[in-house]
Amino acid sequence: MNSDNIVRVGISDVKFAQAPQLIRTSGLGSCVGVVIYDQNVKIAGLAHVMLPDSTLSKQAQLNPFKFADTAIPYVIEKLCEKGARKFALKAKVAGGAQMFQFETNSPMMRIGPRNVEAVFEQLESYRIPILAKCVGGNSGRTIQFNPETGALYIRTVNKGESFI
Amino acid sequence: MTEKDLSSLQKDVLKEIGNIGAGNATTSLSELTNKKIQMEVPSVQVVSFNEMMDFIGGSDQTVVGLYFRISGDTPGAVYFILTIEEAEALVKQMIPSADVDVLNDKDTNSYTFSALKEVGNIVTGSYLSALSDFMGLDMSYSIPYLSVDMAGAIITVGLVEISQETDNAIVINTEIKDGEKNQFNGQFILLPDPEALPIIFSALGIQNNE
Repeated sequence: MNSDNIVRVGISDVKFAQAPQLIRTSGLGSCVGVVIYDQNVKIAGLAHVMLPDSTLSKQAQLNPFKFADTAIPYVIEKLCEKGARKFALKAKVAGGAQMFQFETNSPMMRIGPRNVEAVFEQLESYRIPILAKCVGGNSGRTIQFNPETGALYIRTVNKGESFI
Repeated sequence: MTEKDLSSLQKDVLKEIGNIGAGNATTSLSELTNKKIQMEVPSVQVVSFNEMMDFIGGSDQTVVGLYFRISGDTPGAVYFILTIEEAEALVKQMIPSADVDVLNDKDTNSYTFSALKEVGNIVTGSYLSALSDFMGLDMSYSIPYLSVDMAGAIITVGLVEISQETDNAIVINTEIKDGEKNQFNGQFILLPDPEALPIIFSALGIQNNE
């Protein structure tokens, strides 16, 4: 596969891909990769979410792609503009690990699980079914989604590779 | 103050902090391994989170990351980052008989990881104590947390605190290497929390708006 065909999504970023393109994001730790797609239209959006909730932000001008509660509505809206049908949208979710086993239990240390909860909440509020997920644990993940097949490829350093 | 507005004086001060800290750390590492270790001139940059990943060879790159949370007057994070090969060379230097396989070692209490954490502790301890003496500020640091994983996943831990306030991080980056075969290049990355910057600057006698 030509690497030009892979859309790369950075941290706190959102992008879209139409088959035969693939869409990918690397090095998810506590961040969560949320793929929302319409399999028939073969289009997908991927958000690399860093924080659960935009109300946590102390910024005047916030980056909507950084937070679960702002990135996910944006992905849904843009997908529909690009021809996806809202009722047909499905989601796959990966990430939200805890990279270090901290003893202190400050809320910031639990950011991975909180990101996952926030993503699930958002998807539920839009009635978007989560067809597959690979969340939690303590491994980093690189994910790549194929809008053609709906398969999400997940690579880890220590726990091998899988498709969900 | 946003980080984009760092003046050249402020950058110089942060660079000097990197110099002092890493200079001290290099000496410790040199004593520990009985090798000559050199330090590159530190760089101070204001980078986006995505640019941050490039510092450590891309977010997908597998690295050995030691993370310390700094508390006290100037909260923030310090990373000591090594490649797999560098980490293994470092452990072998300390325990020549060890059977070292950083990537496949599942026991987080193994000799390998204990040795790496101990090195991290000594080296980072000297990095931070130099800073704290120089600035006359209290900087305590956590125990070492070690992870062998993707660089992006490891570095994000230190960015979470910062990311609530901004989309840029101030990185004080110092590379160290041994004089001979470049066996252990390592990277020190200091990520001050945004609230720590005014405290650092005022401890060093420069105004925030200078």
